[in-house]
Amino acid sequence: MTKCTVKVDFEKINEILKSYNYEKSSLITILQKVQEIYKFLPEDAITYIGEHIEGLSPATVYGVATFYAQFSLEPKGKYEIKVCDGTACHVRGSSAVLTAIKEKLNLENGKYTTSDGLFSLEIVNCLGACALAPAIVINGKVHAKMTPEAVSVIIDTLTKNESE
Amino acid sequence: MMNLLETNIKKEQEKAQEYIKKQGLRVLVCAGTGCLACGAREVIEKFQELGASVNVMTDEDKVTTVPTGCHGFCEQGVLVSIPDLNTTYVKVKAEDVEEIFNSHIKEGKPVERLLYVDPATGKKALHTNDINFYAKQTRAALANCGKINPESLEEALAVRAYEALAKVLTENEPDKVIDEVEHSGLRGRGGGGFPTGKKWRSVARYKGGKSYVICNGDEGDPGAFMDRSVMEDDPHKLLEGMAIAAFAIGADEGYIYVRAEYPLAIERLKLAIKEATERHFLGDNIMGTDFSFKIHIKEGAGAFVCGESSALIASIEGERGMPRPKNIHMAEKGLFKRPTLLNNVETFANIPLIILNGAEWFSSMGTASSKGTKTFALTGEVNNNGLIEIPMNTTLREIIFDIGGGIRNGKKFKAVQLGGPSGGCLTEKHLDMPMDYDMLKKEGAMVGSGGLVVMNEDTCIVEVARFFMNFTQHESCGKCTPCREGTKNMLAILNKIVEGRGTMEDLDTLEELAEVVKESSLCGLGKSAPNPVLSTLKYFRDEYIAHIRDKKCPAGVCTALTTYTINQEKCKGCSKCARNCPVGAIDGVIKSPYKIDQSKCIKCGACMKGCAFGAIELS
Ligand SMILES: Cc1cc2nc3c(=O)[nH]c(=O)nc-3n(C[C@H](O)[C@H](O)[C@H](O)COP(=O)(O)O)c2cc1C
Ligand code: SF4
Ligand code: SF4
Ligand code: SF4
Ligand code: FES
Ligand code: FES
Repeated sequence: MTKCTVKVDFEKINEILKSYNYEKSSLITILQKVQEIYKFLPEDAITYIGEHIEGLSPATVYGVATFYAQFSLEPKGKYEIKVCDGTACHVRGSSAVLTAIKEKLNLENGKYTTSDGLFSLEIVNCLGACALAPAIVINGKVHAKMTPEAVSVIIDTLTKNESE
Repeated sequence: MMNLLETNIKKEQEKAQEYIKKQGLRVLVCAGTGCLACGAREVIEKFQELGASVNVMTDEDKVTTVPTGCHGFCEQGVLVSIPDLNTTYVKVKAEDVEEIFNSHIKEGKPVERLLYVDPATGKKALHTNDINFYAKQTRAALANCGKINPESLEEALAVRAYEALAKVLTENEPDKVIDEVEHSGLRGRGGGGFPTGKKWRSVARYKGGKSYVICNGDEGDPGAFMDRSVMEDDPHKLLEGMAIAAFAIGADEGYIYVRAEYPLAIERLKLAIKEATERHFLGDNIMGTDFSFKIHIKEGAGAFVCGESSALIASIEGERGMPRPKNIHMAEKGLFKRPTLLNNVETFANIPLIILNGAEWFSSMGTASSKGTKTFALTGEVNNNGLIEIPMNTTLREIIFDIGGGIRNGKKFKAVQLGGPSGGCLTEKHLDMPMDYDMLKKEGAMVGSGGLVVMNEDTCIVEVARFFMNFTQHESCGKCTPCREGTKNMLAILNKIVEGRGTMEDLDTLEELAEVVKESSLCGLGKSAPNPVLSTLKYFRDEYIAHIRDKKCPAGVCTALTTYTINQEKCKGCSKCARNCPVGAIDGVIKSPYKIDQSKCIKCGACMKGCAFGAIELS
């Protein structure tokens, strides 16, 4: 895996910490705010947070960050694809949709971001759109009643827009 | 006798109703997650544009577009409902809006092509109450969902928001509130079914110092979205329910723990809290009394186990969401080691109704031990997918065949999964069973939070069991060995079976492991993890045996047990499949039938997808 180097703006992180009074109990919210900026949690940010909240250490912050599925320690693609594999989506064919996306983007064996950094893939449990199963979300927008063909068209369109 | 407080809320209500009246004809366009995905935003804009163009002489002439929460019938989105015309339109697109406007709203002629068609009778539903999906429900907790603009406190007040809170504050007898909840027979809607009144009383016992009320909005069951609907579509009802609970147990601070995948719910709740606080329905000195109650939102971060009470508390405190041993009761030492009441979203949503309509009203619905109504997310292979609410004596058959409109595409009913990863599968023979906590539990399923997934003959039950085990294994927090290792071993066996490598002894091992995990896991996740396997082993053992002994998947789902063959009659010899096959398993001569070498085939299905002549068959 390539190690990611992102310049972390510690001043910004400090602002976030300050707005939550450096409170231990706000750690998850703080990490969420940091992830909003970088779309993932840079190692330097984790260390900084661990060193600046009383009662925490970089290791405990790392432990919390890895415990929750929402946090990513790796950068995400420009387009974040979330495929629902909740029960409703599963019985209505989410596996085929998932396979189609992986095939299309050449993602296999634990690789979840395309080499050009354009797309990343994540499997989630339920998006709350179960009546429109199978559902996927791309950058916050829900796409309903997906099929392998439909998702392939969506990816093509996004790729095309990018190259223009 | 009415005191100042109640007079005031009545006044607010009248003002709000006046505000609604001034809107004239209300066009309710669903802006729930499902409909937004189907283009609701554009439909709303179009209605607003046309509404603004009407020549208004009086308020009654006006047409107002109201973006609402989920109407429940998400599969038919975008839904547009016009209560004054008793009509609901389905699958509405922006380009249909003008016709609805000109033909129906202006000239009184309904647009037939946009009406719902009953899949069983083929009849069009001219009126909203002709739609069986709605006609057979009793909407109480969800009564306002889809009927009001969830981003407006005024609209909520018009449908009696905060009236129940005013009532309990006027009477000022916290213990009587608990009595009322207890008499109603309400049981926790978060899955466990614990009697709500009893829980409140156990926390109220420690009244005096700081206490907390927490709402569990984690909704972790993958395939359920009832709580989401309440939070997004009628947020004030939840806030009011929490405030009443806080008053009853003597708390002044509360948290709503919302799962991260529900950004819209978080946004709406924040707005509702702000508006309610500005108008003194929340915050300091609520409605001029000395009762104060503040609510915070905590965003979850994507861990199923955080729905468990002690893990949820750990998560609010900023730690890893791991369950804690239950030797200390959270009624005494919960959040920040203070007395804490935790209830589910839907549990709280029922409270204002019980206070307003009385405990008898609530307990007149349901069965002897399961009172009131319950919401379910009806999904899977039924015709009508969506969110429903029914009295708890409603049977599975009524849900699936009357409300759900039966199995889609003329297929056969096979099983229904209730209660998600902690629940189980039921079969044909259970169809006449009511949704009663205790009866379902006896049969190996559970009411659970309310996920109800219908499966047809094309669903492989063994694969479903594997799916759930994969889920729980993945979500196990790893704190205790039986759950961590047990689910891993069970999953490994299930993987073996669906891959056709299972043995008959594996079934015994599965059952033994299930017992251990059930008995000795620390928290509910582990304790209930074996349920989907046990219930399917009980009712669908044949299917397990078919996978093991005959190396066959009767539903044709498990790829390892299926074969792709080329129908020699249908094949035109175009060679496309041979070019598509990633492993070179297909061979032949142009213009004569091709063949698959089974020893090379990896069953990826690429050949079948590509064949334009439907010559490749799966068995
Ligand atoms: C693994 C696990 C996950 C749970 N997930 C939820 C959930 O998502 N929502 C919920 O309300 N209760 C959930 N529960 C049940 C809660 O622990 C708790 O019993 C419930 O929120 C209490 O509220 P009630 O009495 O109103 O049902 C879960 C329990 C376990 C063991
Ligand atoms: S039963 Fe499972 S989820 Fe619960 S504490 Fe043990 S390992 Fe964690
Ligand atoms: S793609 Fe279909 S028709 Fe063409 S060779 Fe293959 S099986 Fe025959
Ligand atoms: S299923 Fe895949 S591997 Fe098998 S023959 Fe078809 S294309 Fe080739
Ligand atoms: S199961 Fe996929 S959206 Fe709920
Ligand atoms: S989202 Fe529109 S009906 Fe559910």
